[in-house]
Amino acid sequence: MRIAIVDESASRASIIEEGLATLDGCEIFTLTSRTGLVAQIAQIAPDVIFMDLGNPSRDVLEEYFAVSRALDHPIAMFVDQSDDDQIAASIDAGVSTYVVDGLSAHRIAPLLKMTIQRFHAFARLQHELAEAHGKLAERDTIDKAKRILMKTKNIGEPAAYAELRKKAMSTNRRIVDIAEAVVTAHELMGDGQ
Amino acid sequence: MTERLTIGFLPLVDACLPILAQEHGFAADEGLELSFVRDVSWATVLDRLLYGHSDAAHMLAPLAIATTLGRGRPAQSLAAPFVLGLNGNAVTVSNALADALGCDGNLADPTDLGRRLKTVAAQRRDAGSPLRFGVVHRYSSHNYMLRYWLAGCGVRPDEDVEIVTIAPPFSAHALEAGEIDASCVGEPWNSIAVERGVGQIVLATAQIWRRGVEKVLALRTERLEQIRPSVEGLIRAMRRAGEHFVDPANWEVNAAILARPEYCDAPHKLLLHAISDRLVLKQGDAPQHYPDFMFQYREAANFPWVSQAEWLYSQLVRWDGLAHDPAAAHAAARVFRPDVYRSALRDTQDPIPTSSSKVEGSVSTALEAHTHGGTMLMENNSFFDGKSFDPDRLEEYIASQK
Repeated sequence: MRIAIVDESASRASIIEEGLATLDGCEIFTLTSRTGLVAQIAQIAPDVIFMDLGNPSRDVLEEYFAVSRALDHPIAMFVDQSDDDQIAASIDAGVSTYVVDGLSAHRIAPLLKMTIQRFHAFARLQHELAEAHGKLAERDTIDKAKRILMKTKNIGEPAAYAELRKKAMSTNRRIVDIAEAVVTAHELMGDGQ
Repeated sequence: MTERLTIGFLPLVDACLPILAQEHGFAADEGLELSFVRDVSWATVLDRLLYGHSDAAHMLAPLAIATTLGRGRPAQSLAAPFVLGLNGNAVTVSNALADALGCDGNLADPTDLGRRLKTVAAQRRDAGSPLRFGVVHRYSSHNYMLRYWLAGCGVRPDEDVEIVTIAPPFSAHALEAGEIDASCVGEPWNSIAVERGVGQIVLATAQIWRRGVEKVLALRTERLEQIRPSVEGLIRAMRRAGEHFVDPANWEVNAAILARPEYCDAPHKLLLHAISDRLVLKQGDAPQHYPDFMFQYREAANFPWVSQAEWLYSQLVRWDGLAHDPAAAHAAARVFRPDVYRSALRDTQDPIPTSSSKVEGSVSTALEAHTHGGTMLMENNSFFDGKSFDPDRLEEYIASQK
């Protein structure tokens, strides 16, 4: 089965590709560029296309499918109406699926399932990445607050950290919130280099 | 209690009414809180609507009909109780084509321009590189109006010229890159092409059909019934937004709202031009006033005339090469829901037409139409070729287009 993955996010496309490659009998083509997309699809003649839901080329591609109906390679949206739950799951995951008309549902199901899983996995990764970025930023703030305390109170690092921690516990706030307050106050008082 | 509604849209000026209904508090007055989901392709707006990510959507009227008829995907019944506006689109041609057509920096006469285009199109076709037009979607009024004009001027779409789909945000780039020679698209995308110096606006779609139906507010029919009171509140809020939108005193503030990144994300100046019907047609020129370029409020502009849906159906069978099917025609007509519009505005002072259908293109001089409790002045609604569309003679009309 020839499968095209159309996604402007190259990293997500490769994650999906990797997943589908574990299934038997799949020949996979990954397209990440908007230019010449229709010509490439025409050349590949895929049986199934997985495309990110918000892809800006969808209307252009659907136009091509509509016109290609006259050819011997008709492509329809999804398999058939009976798969409504699966389609809904796919839309929720952010995937639109186009399948050659007449391809049976049971052949598509495992592919679609895998693609949906991979979309979810990618979303999770992104979430974790954003979280990690957030954590790094928090650590920076705490370090900055510690340096301010060390300098103004002329104390060592363990003592500076202990002060932040003590204040956080007594006011029932997070250490990073206290650190942020210290940094902001320091900036306001001048000397905020 | 506040009811929350999610509305899908594409970054176009004619998504203005629900946006302004929210921003100016008209929605809140109806107990509604609107949130918006912006996308870049109609396929995505439609998917979100069909699978419940949105309750209602800014939608191409022909696409709502095509979806109901199951063109290109399994049929799903949509309802359009409110027309978001009439016209507001333009034909922009590349500078090279503008020169070849002898355009002088003004809006051309459609018949005259069509005659010159016929010559150029034939030359290009014979040279093996036919003129290529970009439209925003296969099922769009842009496509139908452009084709109506071309065919009426003796230029055969798909034979003498090619017509391809280009998403609105990419149309200026496609003109610049030479992928297309002309486009038919809504604002601000014509003005963006002009500002970049890659094309000239030569025709407004309002010159092709003076009162041509454009976007609608579409919902799944099932969803409409579930949240009917909220939809009726939304209709009232959008009518008030329309009144606000067309008042020159509010143009500046409304352009500033629509320019914001979460809405059109486009230059304030260009949005102001579209809102005020004053477009710059050619780079460096002063804006020119073309009255009713956009038409959002007067003459009950938002009333979903069943005859408008039927005209769109006549164009759908024409260009999809289908045979006329009375059952399909009926289903298409039923997409437009004047009953919901009437019920929403029954207790207001807003003029509501008493009939649901009219002969489109029949008014060449102003005429009084009946409304509940009075009359309303309807101005010129003609097609450029002077023909009219009588919905009672749909079959005849379709046959005459062959």
